Formats: sequence, structure tokens, C-alpha cells
Amino acid sequence: MIRIIAEMLSYPFLVRALICGVLLSVCASLLGVSLVLKRYSMIGDGLSHVGFGALAIATAFHWAPLAVSIPVVVAAAFLLLRLNENTKIKGDAAIALISTGALAIGILVVSLTTGVNIDIYNYMFGSVLAIDKTSFFVSIGACVVIIVLFLLFYNRIFAVTFDEDFTRATQARSSGIHILIALLTAVVIVLGMRLMGALLISALIIFPALTSMRVFKSYKKVTVSAAILSAVCFVIGIFCSYTISIPVGATVVVINIIAFLIFFLIGKIRIRKQQ
Amino acid sequence: MKDVSFSISAGDYLCIVGENGSGKTTLMRTLLGLKKPDSGQVLFGDGCSVGSNSAGGGDKSCKQNHKIGYLPQKSNLQKDFPASVMEIVLSGTLNESGLFYTRKQKKKAVSAMESLGILDLKKQSFMELSGGQQQRVLLARALCATEDILFLDEPVAGLDPKVTLEMYEMIRTLNEIGITIVMISHDIEAALEYSNHILHLNKDVDFFGTTEEYKKTELCEHYLCHIPDHLHHDDDCEICNEHQHLHEHTKDHLHDHDCEICDEGGER
Repeated sequence: MIRIIAEMLSYPFLVRALICGVLLSVCASLLGVSLVLKRYSMIGDGLSHVGFGALAIATAFHWAPLAVSIPVVVAAAFLLLRLNENTKIKGDAAIALISTGALAIGILVVSLTTGVNIDIYNYMFGSVLAIDKTSFFVSIGACVVIIVLFLLFYNRIFAVTFDEDFTRATQARSSGIHILIALLTAVVIVLGMRLMGALLISALIIFPALTSMRVFKSYKKVTVSAAILSAVCFVIGIFCSYTISIPVGATVVVINIIAFLIFFLIGKIRIRKQQ
Repeated sequence: MKDVSFSISAGDYLCIVGENGSGKTTLMRTLLGLKKPDSGQVLFGDGCSVGSNSAGGGDKSCKQNHKIGYLPQKSNLQKDFPASVMEIVLSGTLNESGLFYTRKQKKKAVSAMESLGILDLKKQSFMELSGGQQQRVLLARALCATEDILFLDEPVAGLDPKVTLEMYEMIRTLNEIGITIVMISHDIEAALEYSNHILHLNKDVDFFGTTEEYKKTELCEHYLCHIPDHLHHDDDCEICNEHQHLHEHTKDHLHDHDCEICDEGGER
């Protein structure tokens, strides 16, 4: 096993994928706790589809993928939040509209230009080779910024997540928290998408939070547990994916499912013990 | 809603009553600055609008932050939110500047919990508490946010009679130490007993004044007789007559073994 790990670490692209993946997983899980509790779980899914559309268009016209997709996804995030506040189109329907719409446009552009090639396939299901040097540094920089911002605004994020009305009514400085969360989520999704795959990235946001909530009952514990769990699952996932030669994104998601089941059982046993 | 105009002074205990859909909650959301009024203003004593205190704040000249406390309707909260009591109460202190909790804020949270008798629940999970305890936690959070004015949206909804009484007593104590209370209530009897001002809404203001004056109005009698009540019965009131049966025996606190309703409801 040590031999396999040493062998993995001798490939620079794997080391990059490992570092980026762990950082992105941590960021995604931190934001995920808030998103899941605010019933915005599907925003991640919607945004990743938008990201796919943007990447497909960027590839077709040979534009820089990150430079195109980050602004587009950020814009979509704002639009989704706006629609959520607007009661005429319900939040979940709005997400479905935008995500399928973006996916459809992406597929059309792809089929009219390059056709479904390996790039497009990788955008959908992720690839461990996706992290080149530029995106490596961009990702690390973005993740550090996200983690720092999250820690700085942790208390306010909690307040807004728990009770938005109360926070808005009593606190002047909490109005931007929403926008901050949407913005950071959009960035995490675009950066993580090529490693994890557009169709799978939202698992990184939803699973760790949901898993931790099976066992822990305070916000702080759930947050810390989600971050650790997410990193551990990614490391195990990338290791399995290398040894058995299976796609990294799907493997990480399956590891997360296993973790969920374990935590679910622990939670059940705890409740039974209490009774 | 239109033509709603009223004013309250520091130390008042105002109850907002009215039927469902009469605009009580809309009014409160406007007072809190959660909803922009189509026209009109909500002003504090120094002429600052409520909007300067919260999201979308407009008035930059208002330096002073009006600290308000708010106890939302419980149904707005999620039932499975993982949070400890301490985390929730502390979040009430966030209107003070700074990103991290200071020792002073923690002290404030502890003393708020102490005064409401929930200090021993500090580390417990909010979702595992009883309804009454949850209300106390939210009241403690509201207390952390203010020393001046508390907005309460149906604070006793869904609580059992004993806990309801405790809640009212707690609110009365808070009013006595100088906190202005603005409360939405369906419980007209309690409103008459505890408050000193009443605002009766029905899309517009049907009544605004002191509780003593309100008791003399027809409005009050009419509203009271809709509720199975032990004091009021109005022979000219249609609704009263319909429910006469119910009224007549509840009014004397008598228990009648031949009466269906009595037997169903047990002793009243």
C-alpha cells in the first residue's frame, strides 16, 4: 500500500489533483452545511449544469475555460437567488429550468461544433488529468480565500442560515451574507467541476453536510465534521480510483455514500441507546 | 392594508389583534423592515426610519443603530436544524460590531439565558427541546439583540396552558424592566389582561388606544364573544347565539354531565 501511495505521489498531475481535490472538498462541504440547511441543496446541481454549458461553449470557440465559466456561473447563482426570493416561480422549479436549459444549450453547441469528444466527456464525468498548472494555482488561491472568508463570517453565516428574518430585522451587517455564499458556491463549483464532473460535483456540497447531521447536533460540530469527512472521503476516493483504475469523481461520490450509511447507522444506534 | 397609523412610546405593551388575514403579520414585517411599505414610513423617536437598520438600508445619516429584538412565529423555523442553545442565543448578540464573539457578548447571552431559566440547557441541541423551551431560547436570543423593544409574533402558539402562562409572565417581567413590547396575539383575553395598548386590525385600523378604552368598545365585545369565553355573552350577536350552548356553560365554569361538549372536553 505504501508502495502504491509513493507511486501515486511520483506523478505530478496526481499530486495536483490530490491537493486541489482535498481543498475543494473542504470548501464545498463548508458551504454545503449552509446550503443544505437553507434547502438550497439543488443550487449546486443547477450551477454545475450551467458551468457545463459555459465550458462547452468556451471549448467550442477555443476560449479560456475558467475565464468564461466563472462569470457565467456567478451570474447564474445571483439569478437563482433572485428567483428564490420571487414567489412566482418556486425555487426548485427555477433551478430545474436553469439547469436543464443550460445543459441543452451546451449540448447543442457541442454537437454543432466539435461533437462529443474526450474534453466534453471529461467535463461531464470529471478527470483526474484536468488540473493543469494554471488551474492548480487558481484553485489553491480560491480555496484559501474561501476558507478564510468562511472563518471570518462563520457567526454571521450561522445566524443567516438559522433564521434569516431575525437576522435581517436585527442586524445591519448581515445583508450581504447570502450573496457571499452564492458567489463562493459558484466558484467552488466551477473549479471542482473538471475534477469531479459537472454531473457529480454537487455531491461534494450535499453529502458531507447531510452525513454529519446524522450524528452531530450542533452547528459547529456539523461544520467541522463535514470538512474533515469531505477531505477524508476525497483522499480515499482518489486512492481507490488509482488502484482500481476507475473514474475519480464517481469513486469519491461512492465513498461519500458509504460514509453516509455508516453515520446513519451510528445515529440510529445512538438514539436507541438513549431510549 | 391602508391607513394604518399609530405610535407607541417607550415602555408600552402593545397587543396587535385581529382575525386571520387582517394584516397583523404584514404589519409586523413592515415594522421590522423585512418588507418595504408601499407608501408611508416607520420612524423611531429620533426620526430615523426602520430601513436604516436592516437590509437595503437607505438612510445613511442615521448613525445610531436601533436595536430591536424579534421572536418569530415558530413555524418559520426548521425543525431539524443542528444547533446548540448557546449557538442560537449568541447569534442574537451579532448586531454589535465585530465578526467574532467577545467575552462581553458571551456574558450577555449567559445572563439572558439565566433570566429565562434555561442556562442548564446551554449545551443541548435546540431541536431536542420541548416547544416551551424552544420559545424561551428564541426569547433569550431576542433579548440579546435588544434592551429597548421586542417584537413578538404569536409567542404562545402551540404551547400548553401552563407554559403559555409562564411565557406571558416572562414577557410581563420584561415589560416591567422597561422593554417595550409589541405582540401579535390571537389570545384576546391575555391581550386584555397583560397589555396596556391594543391595536385592532382589519385591513385598516379598527381601534387603536389603551386597553381600558378598548374594553368599552363594541369591537371588543364582538371579538370576545367569538371565543368560547367565560365572561361574555351577547344575545344580539349571531355568532354568540350559534354557539350559545358552548358559551353558557363555559361562562359559569360549571360542568354539566348531560352536555355533550362538556363531557368531550372534560371539566372546563
